[in-house]
Amino acid sequence: MKHSTFQAPLPAERLHVRVNGESYEIVAPVNKTLLEILREDLGLTGTKHGCELGECGTCTVLIDGDPMLSCLVLPVEVQGHEILTIEGLAEGGRPHELQVAFAELGAAQCGYCTPGMMMSSKALLDSNSHPTTEEIKEYLAGNLCRCTGYLQILEAVDSAAKKLHSSQQDADRGNTPESTTQGTGIR
Amino acid sequence: MSLTKYSVIGQSVPRVDGIRKATGQSVYADDFTLPRMLYGKLLGSRRPHARILSIDTSKAKAMPGVKAIVTGEDLPVKYGILPVSEDEYPLEVDRVRFVGDPIVAVAAVDEMTAEEAVRAIEVKYEDLPTSFEISEGLAAVGETSRIHDYGPHDNVHKQINLEFGDLDSGFDAADQVFDNTYFYSGSNHLALEQHSAVAQYGADSKLTLWSSTQTPHYVHKALASVLKIPASRIRVIATPVGGGFGGKSDPFPHEFCAAKLSMLTGRPVKITLTREEVFYAHRGRHPVLMNVKLGVKNDGSITALDFQSFVDGGAYGSYGVASTYYTGALQTVTYKIPAYRFRGVRVFTNKPPCGPKRGHGTPQPRYALEVHLDRVANALGIDPAAYRKSILVDEYSMTVNHMRVTSCGLGECIEKVTEGSDFNSLRGALPVGKGVGLAVGSYLSGAGLPIYWNKMPHTSVDLKIDRGGGVTAKCMQIDIGQGSDSVLAMTVAEILGITPADVNLICADTDTTPIDLGAYSSRVTFMMGNAAIEAAEKLRKKLFEAVAEELHISERALSEGTESLQSAAGQIVHMVNGVPTGKSSSFLRAVKLAESKFGQLSSTGSFTPQALRGPYKGSGVGPTPAYSYSAAVAKVSVDRETGIVTPEKLWVAHDIGRAINPILARGQIEGSVYMALGEIFMEEQAFRKGQHQFPSMLDYKTPTFLEMPSVESYLIETNDAEGPFGAKEVGQGPLLPIPPAIANAVYDAIGARIDELPITPEKVLAALALQEKGKFPQVGPNKFPDYQWPTPVKIDPVWYDQPPEQWVETRRRDRSKC
Repeated sequence: MKHSTFQAPLPAERLHVRVNGESYEIVAPVNKTLLEILREDLGLTGTKHGCELGECGTCTVLIDGDPMLSCLVLPVEVQGHEILTIEGLAEGGRPHELQVAFAELGAAQCGYCTPGMMMSSKALLDSNSHPTTEEIKEYLAGNLCRCTGYLQILEAVDSAAKKLHSSQQDADRGNTPESTTQGTGIR
Repeated sequence: MSLTKYSVIGQSVPRVDGIRKATGQSVYADDFTLPRMLYGKLLGSRRPHARILSIDTSKAKAMPGVKAIVTGEDLPVKYGILPVSEDEYPLEVDRVRFVGDPIVAVAAVDEMTAEEAVRAIEVKYEDLPTSFEISEGLAAVGETSRIHDYGPHDNVHKQINLEFGDLDSGFDAADQVFDNTYFYSGSNHLALEQHSAVAQYGADSKLTLWSSTQTPHYVHKALASVLKIPASRIRVIATPVGGGFGGKSDPFPHEFCAAKLSMLTGRPVKITLTREEVFYAHRGRHPVLMNVKLGVKNDGSITALDFQSFVDGGAYGSYGVASTYYTGALQTVTYKIPAYRFRGVRVFTNKPPCGPKRGHGTPQPRYALEVHLDRVANALGIDPAAYRKSILVDEYSMTVNHMRVTSCGLGECIEKVTEGSDFNSLRGALPVGKGVGLAVGSYLSGAGLPIYWNKMPHTSVDLKIDRGGGVTAKCMQIDIGQGSDSVLAMTVAEILGITPADVNLICADTDTTPIDLGAYSSRVTFMMGNAAIEAAEKLRKKLFEAVAEELHISERALSEGTESLQSAAGQIVHMVNGVPTGKSSSFLRAVKLAESKFGQLSSTGSFTPQALRGPYKGSGVGPTPAYSYSAAVAKVSVDRETGIVTPEKLWVAHDIGRAINPILARGQIEGSVYMALGEIFMEEQAFRKGQHQFPSMLDYKTPTFLEMPSVESYLIETNDAEGPFGAKEVGQGPLLPIPPAIANAVYDAIGARIDELPITPEKVLAALALQEKGKFPQVGPNKFPDYQWPTPVKIDPVWYDQPPEQWVETRRRDRSKC
């Protein structure tokens, strides 16, 4: 394993992290980033790397619900905090509405920015259930995508927000949610 | 014209890999590990041009955890994607040609150790004279200072002088001649996934390479040549590509080095580039300096075009010879041009090598030509939309440089965007600081010729039906985000009458899948689509025969067409005179009947484009089975205080032939617009003494959500006679009209011509300052090389009203009456 300590240039430390609701004890060099720990030590490769500098947003995870760039976070800083990655977004094997909307509405092309984009979108919808177009743009401006031109991502987030809201209303009324597909806006 | 309705084709169904990508389950090259895997790192040159005097790896070798180190001497075979410019070593042997040029590769037990080892390597250099600009590249240098020892002279890599038709008579016949120079800057693809490869050399002497590549076939070929292993013992598997845009189309040093390090250690080796290394590996947009001289009649009709390109190639050949030809190939496929001269030069410079980026060599000349035509229209007092429509090529015609044009919906594209944007009322009528601009473009649906010329298929699809009703489709094509997996599944599902979810894909593996040349030149939908149709139709024929026997339908009635079978929605239905009789078989039942009758149900379909080459050297670049066409209107606002140009909205119409999946097609249009906007406004590779000024995403700025305007997309369906279900490309073409449409809109807004990309606030302010002084506000290249061109090769044109019969042989897939 890459984190094996026998030649690590910096001393290894015992770390305790909570990811996707599970607790992990790991031993790793202290200069390893949270991104590296997630990908290499915990096998959570859904979180990607794109720039190593905190610019592209590809490595976004949620820490206590807030979007953070895992390439700039050291695990020692987040011991005792709740980390959520793309792998933890589906509940009970059922994809999150955001995931369904991204898949259905063309919001993922190459798919590489998608996990980070998704985590930022989740944080947005958790804090603002009815974001306007401008609010979505503003919130996601730190996540770069080179494929889509962002517009289908915008539609997917908007669509997921509406579905989450209506399923919440349905749940309040005791109904089961119904899946609908949004129009594409093509002439 | 009404199009045939299909049950799967033309539907905006979710992409087949969508949910895997949305859940983080797609496994990219850097995501997987193998037991005992080592990590590799490359050491790149610190000098832009130097002889390597010595490489001392002793300290690195002594470090615990370092398992192997290779230098150029370990891999002394040159390679290059084009056979005409095999000028790269995986690790340079005696000379480095740009900052970042790989010299040493290290494998160690972990990434940190490998990094430490690379830092401990000492390289001694002897600097050589450098060349960083096109003008420097053209200057005379001593024989020992040349960047390469091939090419016509000095640092010139390639020169081209082609003349089609009678240029002098063309200019003599002109009422006016318009002459101007333009510059299009270079940029990186900046795919979010950095290049990555994992190599495993087994005890059985077989090598497997997993790599983020757009061209597993060419990587396979290059590995065999460089490593001197028979290709039969090498397996290349392309992993899902996290963005390509042309940037992962060459074989790369890290791929060879991972393989070599694995051979030396007997352990798997992974090498993933850092973002900085991606900027050095580059292969991005060529900076091109261009001159356009256009002769026109007073009504605007073109009498002659004389086009010159000076292409800044960077340090190696890559696709550059093709890129240079591409800067001259497609000007003729949009407008009637009776006489045409193209002269092009590619120079080597001590910078990261350029290569193919979305549009490959064609966005640069398209920008120049479309801004130039805007000037002509203005000077002649003709509306730019009406002007373009008056000089369009005809459908089914030949161009002066022997390009075969088939379906062409460009006129309709222009109508859609001008109507949608209300262009005719807005142009010249918006308040100062706001403007609209129009431009068009055209691109290939796949290169007509393969990189290594041969008569073999460009693509093949194997199909197999399982007794459970699942269909497996195999093809070497790789989905780089463009949606080719979905095209394959949808095509097979359509023909067999099942759903895309019942089609399982095995792709991009040189061991298990039949040939596909790769995800480049927008070739996959057109070529693989046709191969998939052929394979699926073969299987469907067997299913129909078995069902006909079971349902006692006479062969004669079927062949005469009075009765027929149709496959849709998992059923094979019997019809008489187009009306269902109630007799039918489920797909699964049909599979069992057919397998009982014929044995294992397998088939292969292939596609080879028609021979479309013209009778001259260089004619292999430009021909394609079908051109796509696009038109765009841009609306911009220009802040006269700050010089900032804001794109407010874009209207883009694209002749796609047929949209196989409209939602994915729209994604390609919007992504093309986005990528173009980055090039127009901010993305520029800038260097200081050969040092990349900002090889990081911190400083290399790209558009975010906030910079992306809204885009109105129109899919124009011309139902191409040879395309699968009538389809043509959409991945690259829509980028082409965007830069000139923006530049023309800036002119409409402030009356200034920015003839040099990127359009920065500084350039806009410089133009406005000229305007204040009463001078014509133009910012662009102020010098143009006076080059000693070789003798022109003169080629007789094919008169475009009379295309040779055999060149318009059509293989209409869609048998509906149009």
